Amino acid sequence: MPYYRLKDLIKAIRACKTAADERAVIQKESAAIRTSFKEENNDARHSNVAKLLYIHMLGYPAHFGQIECLKLVASNRFADKRLGYLGIMLLLDENQEVLTLVTNSLKNDMNHSNMYIVGLALCTLGNISSPEMARDLCAEVEKLLGSSNTYIRKKAALCAMRIIRKVPDLQENFLNRAKNNLNDRNHGVLLTAITLIIEMCYKNPETVQTFRKTVPLLVRHLKTLVSAGFSQEHDVTGVTDPFLQVKILRLLRILGKGDAEASEAMNDILAQVATNTESSKNVGNSILYETVQTIMEIQSENTNAVQRHRNIILDCLRDGDISIRRRALELSFALINESNVRVLTRELLAFLEVADNEFKQGMTTKICLAADRFAPNKRWHIDTVLRVLKLAGNFVREEILSNFIRLVSQTTELNAYTAQKLYASLKSDISQESLTLAGVWVIGEYGDILIKGGNFEEEELVKEVTESDVIDLLESILAGPYANQVTREYVLTALMKLTSRFTSISSIQRIQAYIEKYNTSIEVEVQQRAVEYSNLFKFESIRPAVLERMPIPEVKEEVVRQTEDTGSLLDDIGPVTATTATPQNAKNDIMNLFSSGSLLDDIDPVTATTAAPLNAKNDIMNLFSPGPTTPTTAPVAPTQNAQQTNALDSLGLLGLGDQYVAYNKNGFKVSLNPSKDPNNSNILNIEVTFHNVGVGVTVQNLLFQAAVPKTQKLQMQPPSSTSILPGATAQQTIRVANPQKSNVRLRLRIVYSTPTGAKVDEIAEFNGFPQEIW
Amino acid sequence: MLRFFLLVNKQGQTRFSRYYSGMPIQAEERVLMEADIARKCLKRSDVQCSIFEYGQYKLAYRRYASLFFVIGFDEEENHLSILELVQAYVEILNTYFDNVCELDIMFNIEKVHVILEEMVSNGRIVETNKHNVLAPVLEMNKASR
Repeated sequence: MPYYRLKDLIKAIRACKTAADERAVIQKESAAIRTSFKEENNDARHSNVAKLLYIHMLGYPAHFGQIECLKLVASNRFADKRLGYLGIMLLLDENQEVLTLVTNSLKNDMNHSNMYIVGLALCTLGNISSPEMARDLCAEVEKLLGSSNTYIRKKAALCAMRIIRKVPDLQENFLNRAKNNLNDRNHGVLLTAITLIIEMCYKNPETVQTFRKTVPLLVRHLKTLVSAGFSQEHDVTGVTDPFLQVKILRLLRILGKGDAEASEAMNDILAQVATNTESSKNVGNSILYETVQTIMEIQSENTNAVQRHRNIILDCLRDGDISIRRRALELSFALINESNVRVLTRELLAFLEVADNEFKQGMTTKICLAADRFAPNKRWHIDTVLRVLKLAGNFVREEILSNFIRLVSQTTELNAYTAQKLYASLKSDISQESLTLAGVWVIGEYGDILIKGGNFEEEELVKEVTESDVIDLLESILAGPYANQVTREYVLTALMKLTSRFTSISSIQRIQAYIEKYNTSIEVEVQQRAVEYSNLFKFESIRPAVLERMPIPEVKEEVVRQTEDTGSLLDDIGPVTATTATPQNAKNDIMNLFSSGSLLDDIDPVTATTAAPLNAKNDIMNLFSPGPTTPTTAPVAPTQNAQQTNALDSLGLLGLGDQYVAYNKNGFKVSLNPSKDPNNSNILNIEVTFHNVGVGVTVQNLLFQAAVPKTQKLQMQPPSSTSILPGATAQQTIRVANPQKSNVRLRLRIVYSTPTGAKVDEIAEFNGFPQEIW
Repeated sequence: MLRFFLLVNKQGQTRFSRYYSGMPIQAEERVLMEADIARKCLKRSDVQCSIFEYGQYKLAYRRYASLFFVIGFDEEENHLSILELVQAYVEILNTYFDNVCELDIMFNIEKVHVILEEMVSNGRIVETNKHNVLAPVLEMNKASR
């Protein structure tokens, strides 16, 4: 017996005690519905479809109702239409052929006089249209987007969004209308228009340019929202239309990214929103969240708004929820600057103590990086790294360790201090591998200072360190359960070094005996060291010379990349040692052309070596993301047309594959040959070839400089030659690290002179690598 | 964009569900997923965050009496905004049904669908203003008498 109304069916299902009961009821009802459909019972169709939708929601098959929904849509009664469209939305998706049958009904309904019916049609189209339907009905939606009725305009905007998604080519049709809608006063229309624009910007980055002009308008809207008094219809617990605010902020973020002028315009309002919004409730927090994200992404000089919340962020580090802790961690690292480095590092070290292991590696690297960049003095720096080693020594990367050792060797005045501290910490704890390695190395190198220094404060007790104490410690490390092969190698070397640092014969003999024990070690490396060191004892004359103090490593500032918690440092890109041959005459020009403004307040520490040409390279990097000091670079900024000849015409000339011509002017051609690095898919090796095709004379003093977007890093090898005879070529290899897999774009500067006295200094942009390359 | 909108009660029964494009879910998987989500929400305590990750989506949920309102969304949306959307939706339902309860939702499921349609279209927020959402709905109700 079929249940006539949906209510009865629901009651019956609720009355079922077991799942089997429920299944039985539903199957009986399904059968009844099917029969009723076959009988073309028009009156009962409505309730049948309603029941079918309910059954569908519970997870039972309901495809036989699809045609019925279509019939309902065709009916004239509003209730039928509404249910029919709902049924279509729930039961059908764009892949079903049945959907095309609806197209005609949709077209008729979109032209209907009743705005609710139009709304229904737009809703349905917006939810499930297929690409073909989108193309068919695009014109109708365009018309409705310009309708005078706000209800319709609202829905049309979202429908347009779906169309754009399905058929990106149709985007241009909606541009103007969308822009006009931005002037609307109705919040619903505004909201949907902004959503539509955001979608357009995501799909097609060129439209971002068109919409940049609307930034002042958006700022005005946001200002009205923030400073408006209480508005009854839009108020949500004290905040005026938070959804609209969030959407405007999101659009501002997209428009402001990478564009200084737009970012300037929105700085004020961002600061205002950040300060005025009440953060005690979720509403306020949602707005603050969006604001913070926007501030971080656009080039804002003024990150004070976020600094204000530093304490909250630090508290969040201790929150119970792990996702909050993770975000707080990322944010804290982004906030570190000279003024707050001490406080923040202290907090972060406290957090390191209790952090989960998955955080520890990322944290150690970042803390040491931050310490490197912002350390107020050396002692603090050493202390901090020591503390890190003590807390999480097992999670410290090798580069950090080697940086630390380099730092220690360079800070000769603190050698004694460091040696003592390491000795003390090793005495208490030998379980942290990196700490052990660092400590052993330092003790080995500076053992004599350690003994001479003699006394050191440990918990207000002055302790004497004697040679046998040190040897005891090293032996205990060797014998301890934490020693692995690397540790043993280090300890043996350290012991050997001590034989030339220590003076008492008994110590030296003790060490010799100990080393000889390892002559028969199973580990080959260890055995080799032991045997060689033992043999060294026979050559008394040269032994001290061999074991002299290590020379202080050069002041080589490295380019160490930021890690995510799970990311990997690109070990291949080591120190930036590019030595672009810089002709002296061009150097001054470089200095004058580029602004000498400070590097942007960004996270990646690209510090150049002392060589001047690399300073120029940093300024090139500034070109790509022009910071606050733009005036002097304006004339040089690429208003020149970029030579983007992606044509593979050079293929014929050179017979090489995958050559892209980046620059071809006045007979001088620069072509690029990219290839992915076999060892690391994040690195792109580019072979740059300079062709002197038609200059007619020798190209001399060639200088080639390049810059990449901020998310990537560049390393350049020296060119094969800086003089190119006519018809000859020269090569240069550059490597681009692209961990974020973003578009590899290059800004190139080509400088050369000819014997006739002509000087060429050109800038070109290259953006033509296909997506597979990166 | 929003991926789905789900109302489940404490016994794990789905009271209302709406999926938006891009969710390739067949009936059986759907049921399983809904039950799984209900379980996860039930397990969480009051002090835990209302937003968590589930597979490739993020879920934001709030419990009102015996019902969990769960919204699944992906990267682009502002998480806290979604929570606000849930609150707005509940308030609108409250006004429409006069102190809404689970039974109201169960027995008037088409109305609930219609109200959600007015607020969210194809996974994007259209309108959150109570008056603007309810006025058309009431008009349409009159028209379908």
